[in-house]
Amino acid sequence: MARYILRRVGYMIVTLFIIATVSFFLMKLLPGSPLQADDKLSEEQKAIVLEKYGLNDPVPVQYVRYVGGLVQGDLGISFAFDNTPVTKILMDRLGPSALLGFQAMVIGTILGIILGLIAAIFHNGPLDYTSTIIAVLGTSIPSFVFAGLLQYVFAVELGWFPVALWGEFQHTILPTIALAIGPLATAARFTRTEMIEVLGSNFIITARAKGISESGIVFKHGLRNAMIPLITVIGPMAVGLMTGSMVIEQIFAIPGIGEQFVKSVMVNDYPTIMGTTLLYAFGFVVIILIVDLLYGLIDPRIRIAGGKS
Amino acid sequence: MDKNNLNDLSKDLFVPLESKEDTSEKISRPSRTFMQDARRTLFKNKPAVISIVILIIVILMSIFGPYMNHWGDNDQELARAKMPPRIPVLEKVSWLGVDGTLREEFKGKDVEDATRKAIARFDNAEDFIDIKVLKEGDGSRNSAEVKAIYHIYEAQNMEDTYFWLGSDPLGRDQWTRLWLGTRVSLIIAFVAALLDILIGVTYGGVSAFYGGKVDNIMQRILEILVGIPNLVIILLMMLVLQPGIVSIVIALCITGWVGMARIVRGEVLKIKSQEFVLAARTLGTPNGTIIRKHLLPNISGIIIVNTMFSIPSAVFFEAFLSFIGLGIVPPDASLGSLINSGFANIRLYPYLLVFPAVLLSVIMIAFNILGDGLRDAFDPKMHKK
Repeated sequence: MARYILRRVGYMIVTLFIIATVSFFLMKLLPGSPLQADDKLSEEQKAIVLEKYGLNDPVPVQYVRYVGGLVQGDLGISFAFDNTPVTKILMDRLGPSALLGFQAMVIGTILGIILGLIAAIFHNGPLDYTSTIIAVLGTSIPSFVFAGLLQYVFAVELGWFPVALWGEFQHTILPTIALAIGPLATAARFTRTEMIEVLGSNFIITARAKGISESGIVFKHGLRNAMIPLITVIGPMAVGLMTGSMVIEQIFAIPGIGEQFVKSVMVNDYPTIMGTTLLYAFGFVVIILIVDLLYGLIDPRIRIAGGKS
Repeated sequence: MDKNNLNDLSKDLFVPLESKEDTSEKISRPSRTFMQDARRTLFKNKPAVISIVILIIVILMSIFGPYMNHWGDNDQELARAKMPPRIPVLEKVSWLGVDGTLREEFKGKDVEDATRKAIARFDNAEDFIDIKVLKEGDGSRNSAEVKAIYHIYEAQNMEDTYFWLGSDPLGRDQWTRLWLGTRVSLIIAFVAALLDILIGVTYGGVSAFYGGKVDNIMQRILEILVGIPNLVIILLMMLVLQPGIVSIVIALCITGWVGMARIVRGEVLKIKSQEFVLAARTLGTPNGTIIRKHLLPNISGIIIVNTMFSIPSAVFFEAFLSFIGLGIVPPDASLGSLINSGFANIRLYPYLLVFPAVLLSVIMIAFNILGDGLRDAFDPKMHKK
């Protein structure tokens, strides 16, 4: 197991290193410099500024310095936004994004499991069809369209929530629902398929024969076994959440990472764009690693197979 | 149950069938090929059939829709900006909301106050505003409520003008732009999916078919590519390339083919070791023929299903990119950019958001249901006798 974890962490570092390198050189290819819009500075002043931030050095030197900074958690200095270090910008904005993502993930998964469970228990009944329809709508409708619907109905027409504001708990409700619909649909679909399969398996018949109550069968024997494969979709779910958060934060004006990214794109703030990209990549890779390890921990069959290989 | 009660049947109805050697094994009905079976299963699936019909209509509309009225895609004219939807004939049916009026409710301390607010909001064109009193009010703040209906087409002297889905903030016809945007979105999705198939099938096929060292190296490359989140790659590519249709297609394809390649490799590995391929090899069939005649037909189902799911994902990513401002550049429209500008006007002109958002959702739902249907259709376990 330890060797497996080590190998996976090694892969992870290589992946991140490749992303960092590729994004560094791509950014160097881009036209324009951080000073091009500044007419007030004289040529000499510009030269001094470029010198100070090491932008005159040959690209390989800059690259080595960049990687050196990365290892120490230094992502450079933002070209826009008052020369703040990128790491600080991102740290300040991590809170709202993490809170929103966490809420959406927890609520979406729990409601999705309940929905899938109901669908599986009442297989082929009207409740099953209803939850299947919800799941299809949830996977198909992009979160930003759903966010628009929520915003129009609950903020503009009914006025229950502010259209776009951040600070209190109630401001997080609409964005959380908009984000949670994706995980909800995925979890519902997956739980339904797994539960139907598990409920038809031999050990459930044995449990019935032993006279265990229906709720005991569904929760203790059924759900527990159906949950194991669900862990595999948590990775893609989290990835979907990160993609979704970018637009949802934009729509509801939430001061998070995604909103910062879109803002940085608008003003060509390359260090911040690169920092955000790396942060996203880091998030993706870590989540996938955790999911894989969790899977191995929970399902003994995989642990044994993984240990041998 | 009664109909099938065998006990009620008299025994003389049954005549023993003479057993004949040569006919007992005869197949009485024509046998169906796998594809025929798949088609039958698909067409029995009602939601999938409805999706096909909807998609055909959407595709036809994206081709012909923009030419159904006389507006061009970029006829800017600020004088006729933000007009509400108005459709000939249907405008007589008031509850459809396409009668070319703006409706809004206003509150004030009394009816007069509320009315004044309504008139101020609607260009001070008092003659063209119908006021309906909803609540009389008692003089306290916001106690009175009136509903104002503003006949903006008459007020602007444009009785003969029809914007079927309204006009956008630059005075362009939303109907024309909606279908042009759909066309752009669909082209991107189809081209991206096609390239995914081309690259993915070739890569996966070559890797599995030749095996050994080739497979080993190609799989290591793939492993690294899989580890890189596609969102990150797509965003980086969009920053580097000039925004536009071609860039979006390239950005989507750079990561899109990986999934297809893995699936195709798995399938080819499975099929290639089966006896019929061995038989073909023994007969001296060249590799090219084996690939074309034996492998491709057997993996075509899984390719089609996978493509059906990669199309809506491409539609989504295009809309997503255009939405955050990295996709289609104005004046070109796509569903994503239309939705984005709809959000800017959500309070006063919700119709700018509603139509593109609904259309995008319908396209996504239809593709997903069709994909599910195709997956069932190509699954032999689901074929009914």
